[in-house]
Amino acid sequence: MTELANDDVVLEVTGLHRAFGSVQACHDVSFSLARGGSLGIVGESGSGKTTTARIIVGLERADSGSVRVRGRNRFAAAGRGRAARLERAREVQMVFQDPFLSLDPRVTVGSVLRETLRLHFPRTKGDHGRRVEELLDQVGLGAREADAMPRQLSGGQRQRVAIARALAVEPAVLVLDEAVAALDVSVQAQILNLLADIRRDTGIGYLFITHDLGVVRCVTEEVVVMRHGAIVEAGRTADVLADPQHAYTRLLLDSVPRPGWNPKAIAAARRAL
Amino acid sequence: MSTDTLQIQGLRLHLPGAARPVLAGIDLTVGERETVALVGESGSGKSLTSRSVLRLLPPGATTEGTVAVQGENVLAMDAKALRRLRTHTAAMIFQDPRAAINPLRRIGDFLTESLRLNADLPEAEATERAVRMLDAVGLGERVLGQYPGQLSGGMLQRVMIASALMGDPALILADEPTTALDVTTQAEVVGLLDDLRERFGTGLLFVTHDLGLAAAISDRVYVMYAGRIAETGPAEALFERPRHPYTAALLRSTPRLDAPQGRLAAIKGQPPSLKLELTGCPFAARCPFATQVCTEELPPHRPVPEESGRLVACHHSEKLADQLAGSATDD
Amino acid sequence: MTDALVRRPGLARLRISKDRTGRSWLYLLCLGFLGVVVLMAVLAPWISPHDPNAVDLGNALAGPSGTHPLGVDGSGRDTASRLITGARTSLLGPLGVVVFSTVAGVAVGLAAGWRGGWLDSVLSRTTELVFAFPGLLLALLIVSIYGEGLIAPVIALGIAYLPYVSRLTRSLVLAERERPYVEAYQVQGHSGLQICLRHVLPNIAPVVLAQSTINFGYALIDLAGLSFLGLGVPALTPDWGRMVFDGESAIQSGYPLSAILPCAAIVLTVVAFNVVGERWADQVARRDR
Repeated sequence: MTELANDDVVLEVTGLHRAFGSVQACHDVSFSLARGGSLGIVGESGSGKTTTARIIVGLERADSGSVRVRGRNRFAAAGRGRAARLERAREVQMVFQDPFLSLDPRVTVGSVLRETLRLHFPRTKGDHGRRVEELLDQVGLGAREADAMPRQLSGGQRQRVAIARALAVEPAVLVLDEAVAALDVSVQAQILNLLADIRRDTGIGYLFITHDLGVVRCVTEEVVVMRHGAIVEAGRTADVLADPQHAYTRLLLDSVPRPGWNPKAIAAARRAL
Repeated sequence: MSTDTLQIQGLRLHLPGAARPVLAGIDLTVGERETVALVGESGSGKSLTSRSVLRLLPPGATTEGTVAVQGENVLAMDAKALRRLRTHTAAMIFQDPRAAINPLRRIGDFLTESLRLNADLPEAEATERAVRMLDAVGLGERVLGQYPGQLSGGMLQRVMIASALMGDPALILADEPTTALDVTTQAEVVGLLDDLRERFGTGLLFVTHDLGLAAAISDRVYVMYAGRIAETGPAEALFERPRHPYTAALLRSTPRLDAPQGRLAAIKGQPPSLKLELTGCPFAARCPFATQVCTEELPPHRPVPEESGRLVACHHSEKLADQLAGSATDD
Repeated sequence: MTDALVRRPGLARLRISKDRTGRSWLYLLCLGFLGVVVLMAVLAPWISPHDPNAVDLGNALAGPSGTHPLGVDGSGRDTASRLITGARTSLLGPLGVVVFSTVAGVAVGLAAGWRGGWLDSVLSRTTELVFAFPGLLLALLIVSIYGEGLIAPVIALGIAYLPYVSRLTRSLVLAERERPYVEAYQVQGHSGLQICLRHVLPNIAPVVLAQSTINFGYALIDLAGLSFLGLGVPALTPDWGRMVFDGESAIQSGYPLSAILPCAAIVLTVVAFNVVGERWADQVARRDR
């Protein structure tokens, strides 16, 4: 992967390292996300996928390596000021796993969005009301939900609010950290479809952090498989799922329950690895 | 009296503040050595159903119907019989082992506690049994002296299973036992449960939201929606030829590895709120095939012709058989 | 974590305290009572029937009568007038203590909990020093410097109560900042200060305010104790706390009215304050009842 800014690459992660004590949470993690593309990071707990995501959004610092968005280094110096903070927020936004915890319980849906718009677009203040409507409409919510408190909404509706909040910033990349894992199957499908529509309409890039290969297959074009902090396999999603090269990827695929499934063989394979 | 390990008949459960029963007439059986999956989304009442088997009911709950474990009605038991049931006859495995095991006690104490207190077993015998059960779940004697914090999630869930086996139960209730675990660990725990069921002859009621998992491990499946059984039958038949629109929709909305790629067929709307009274079929509001009769009349459970052991609660099940089975009915 | 702390068995939460429209009559009753007490305090010079300090020894310990509706204390002073005028210092003193300890305590706790690191160590150790120092001793010290009056004991008790508030605030902030919504705002580009003041503070406010309303009761009683030692309000100023101690001897002589009435006033005020404070805390948190 080149260090040069490439017009077709919106996010470029190079040589990320991060250790917590003696545990290597991230070891030489490199990948890139094409403009308007969708990349999945798959792994189990302890694989380093969440640490990688948190480094990318800036909630965690890296020991070494770089994260570039549209060619600009996110860890560059002169990054403490307000302008730099807002610029970083406009590069990458995030949707968290648990929609019951990622919204302030005492702020209405409309206020959540207006707060973000005020922060990022203070000059177009008169336009905010219309923009809030537009954002809610984009995630399939109506004016009725705008006045609702988070606790009055279902899990799926809350996750839609979280997505709208992230979109309000108009970021280049959206990181989705197990964003559908806490939802019921029928609601999960609604959200996955919604995310597909938004990507088609806006050209935003997705970074999907998930443990669910079904989700990966459904929404990503490329995939990175992580284990113990390192990437074990990467490539086009269809290729990786159809013809996994690494034993661990094969184990993950075999672990997905289906009729005629043999859990004992998987357990044996896991121990062998 | 039948020989079923668990027999639930006409179970209704009311909660204060709810406009309709949270469980509205559940009929369910688990036979000896049988694995039965209870599938549903959150709020469908699947966990309440499994918890009612141990009479672990939320405060203020009132029940009708019978829940019989080995022929004894749990809902009518006195405190002593209930304690015996919970110690010896039926055991529960919870979703999050870390939340269900006291972090300040050693694993050994946790395993032997209920036998020492409720069955007056001498400490040495209880410990001996604990060692045997740990061995059965693939853990060494060393674990006895360890604290929960020193074990991984998968190991803790195995401890949980060992503790469920301590009283030599006839029935194990597993409430989403693998949801908090990684996929590869899930396979291990499920394989273990299956092994033990075979070896100790227990019945297993497996509560899950994961249709794929239910299909993979169970003999029979019950699909629940809004406090009712929508459909039941042998796992393979039910997933290959769903007869209830809800089952079919659920199958098509799951992102599976073997499903056609592209948009998922999502189910519109949300499950009905407990604050609403329901007339007719609870799924009618979200069902693409609903007609007037669906919103007016509650569909009874009817056997599916030419398929043994299958019941479905849908007015249009027979007419829809072909449409539901095919995967082409995308909205 | 705050959820569990917030779910406390409050008086205003009693089932009977709600009528059919969902309004709590207990809250309205308490609000009304506090209103009357405050009004009494404000209008005291005009509405008290007698001079609260006028001594009529010949008439000492007399029961209720036409001229003295609530009787007369051991020094022959009119109880009703002393109660009305006493509301001034009895409300103002504890209020000062609560406002001071809450504002300063929340500021210290917020800074310590949010910033963490060395600042946390410095602030936490400093406030623990105050813990080691009894509040009354602190008051003695300050009064001996500034002389008699209401200001000195209020500042002293305010400092003595500060660690309770700051320690509570710190632990609440530590729990609250771990919640994912705080990280969500960080990712959105909000500064730490903005998140802290606009989101963390309002979310922990109910618990802190509940503690402060309880402190009000303690402060009222502590100030009364200081008055008794001659360190609080000046000897002749009418004050509920002082009245209780002055009335002690009267109880022994079998005339309890002049001590029981201020006692009742203290208890009712504290209870009313708690009910009203709890309701306000709920409104800050926008919680449903």
